[in-house]
Amino acid sequence: MRNAGPVLAVLGLILALWYAGAVWLNAAWTYDQASRNGTEVTMALLLSDTMAQERPVLPPPHQVAGELWKGLTAWAPSSKKSLVYHGLVTLTATFWGFVFGTVLGCLMAVGIVRSRVIELGLMPWAVISQTIPVVALAPMIVVLSNTLGFGERIGVENQLVSKTIIAAYLSYFPVLVGMVKGLRAPDQMQLDLLKTYGASEIQTFRLLRLPSSMPYLFASLKVGIAASLVGAIVGELPTGAIEGLGARMLIGSQFGSPIIVWAALFAAAILAGVLVVVMAGVERLVLKKMGMAQ
Amino acid sequence: MSQTAKPAPGQQTAPAIEARGVNLVFQTNDGPVQALKDVNLTINQGDFVSFIGPSGCGKTTFLRAIAALEHPTSGTLTVNGMTPDEARRKRAYGYVFQAAGLYPWRTIAKNISLPLEIMGFSKDEQEERTQRVLDLVDLKGFGQKFPWQLSGGMQQRASIARALAFDADILLMDEPFGALDEIVRDRLNEELLNLWARTGKTIGFVTHSIPEAVYLSTKIVVMSPRPGRITDVIDSPLPKHRPLDIRDTPEFIEIAHRVREGLRAGHAHD
Repeated sequence: MRNAGPVLAVLGLILALWYAGAVWLNAAWTYDQASRNGTEVTMALLLSDTMAQERPVLPPPHQVAGELWKGLTAWAPSSKKSLVYHGLVTLTATFWGFVFGTVLGCLMAVGIVRSRVIELGLMPWAVISQTIPVVALAPMIVVLSNTLGFGERIGVENQLVSKTIIAAYLSYFPVLVGMVKGLRAPDQMQLDLLKTYGASEIQTFRLLRLPSSMPYLFASLKVGIAASLVGAIVGELPTGAIEGLGARMLIGSQFGSPIIVWAALFAAAILAGVLVVVMAGVERLVLKKMGMAQ
Repeated sequence: MSQTAKPAPGQQTAPAIEARGVNLVFQTNDGPVQALKDVNLTINQGDFVSFIGPSGCGKTTFLRAIAALEHPTSGTLTVNGMTPDEARRKRAYGYVFQAAGLYPWRTIAKNISLPLEIMGFSKDEQEERTQRVLDLVDLKGFGQKFPWQLSGGMQQRASIARALAFDADILLMDEPFGALDEIVRDRLNEELLNLWARTGKTIGFVTHSIPEAVYLSTKIVVMSPRPGRITDVIDSPLPKHRPLDIRDTPEFIEIAHRVREGLRAGHAHD
């Protein structure tokens, strides 16, 4: 509780700046309206009007919070108006993307640590893959997976498949980098020790390299799951999707309603926060069970 | 192997370790480095041999060559009459490093049973042997603790127990107490001598410390650097039973003096 003071101070500062920004950015519209109606803009009018516009340039916090709350509670979770519904759609793609990305990242890391040739062959491509802006790549992935119809063949929507691929594409890399570092974490002395026991490579991997990599893996998973969420949202943007938080952002900007965009944005941020916290909880649990949390 | 672990005093047995004209050259980016030059040495079963010398004298390299962690460029090196690689497969030696190197995710007992697990001992036998060596190094009751719950000295004792668990008759120790403070070190030295007396193992012990080498050893190998070579081999006349205060006797001081002279002579070549 001793930390509450500074945390609240930062939050207060952000809110204050946000409100100030809302007044400043939304003022143009207020003056515009006033000059059309031929009325004077008083300070009181300026403050009250910029707080309650229908299409503000920057919606103030309470408008965003109100929209977010309405989205979460006003409709049944199964309704397409509910942010819970859209959140779950995005979460599904995030989850599958995260699973496939993690598996892919781990497998590549094992290959890279085992063989110099695989490292030289794979690592440059892995790095290049992350330098391509995902917004440029996402439409191609969507078109390709729709054309090839992967989803129909395994009985899920094509939408989900393309979003999963994009989410996996973003999340495999941090896992790959973390696991390569983790699997290489044991020092020469520990490797020599196992050598004196005549341990096989598989035993060395199972008994030493894999457990050593766990703290690195979890650090990567926390980055990976957030990246996966970003991937799923980006996957919802270019497709004219009608479901998911990305689709809400798109709809909001198409209909000129920044409040909806901001509410969806905050829903995504909160979701990401929850996912990272859940992952941190799993980490603590696993490391505690392994005896590594002190 | 294990029946040869306790030879009667004076009995003629095959040497535990024998080096004949061993050379070892490392290829480095700065060109070849002669780590060992023409090393000849015989270590008998049940000897406690210390290797002492300044950094770069090849004492650790020689110990690692015995353990088949390095391979001599020329000359012959045998362990229990076999090549070091064969000896490893026959579980001829246990190795103790400067750091305890216990796995933080395993309890002390699970750390000690690690080599047993790798070598395929049955669960029951793993359990039984782990308890026995825990007892041997005075860590009874600490099996379920995790390494971070133990002091540095206790961790190093656990790592010695780990090296003893599979009954190798040779124990190779590379500055095992180098990172511990003087008081803990004294106690562990005493305990190591007790352990040696009880088990009759052959011990190869690398150290920087003259008192440690003289106190522990039946044979002191003095080495010097560039190239790494043996400058003196001293057979200690001290009795097998050695209380800590033996270090104040004239015999002890005389041997320590000879070791110091040997080290100084080695440096005269520089």
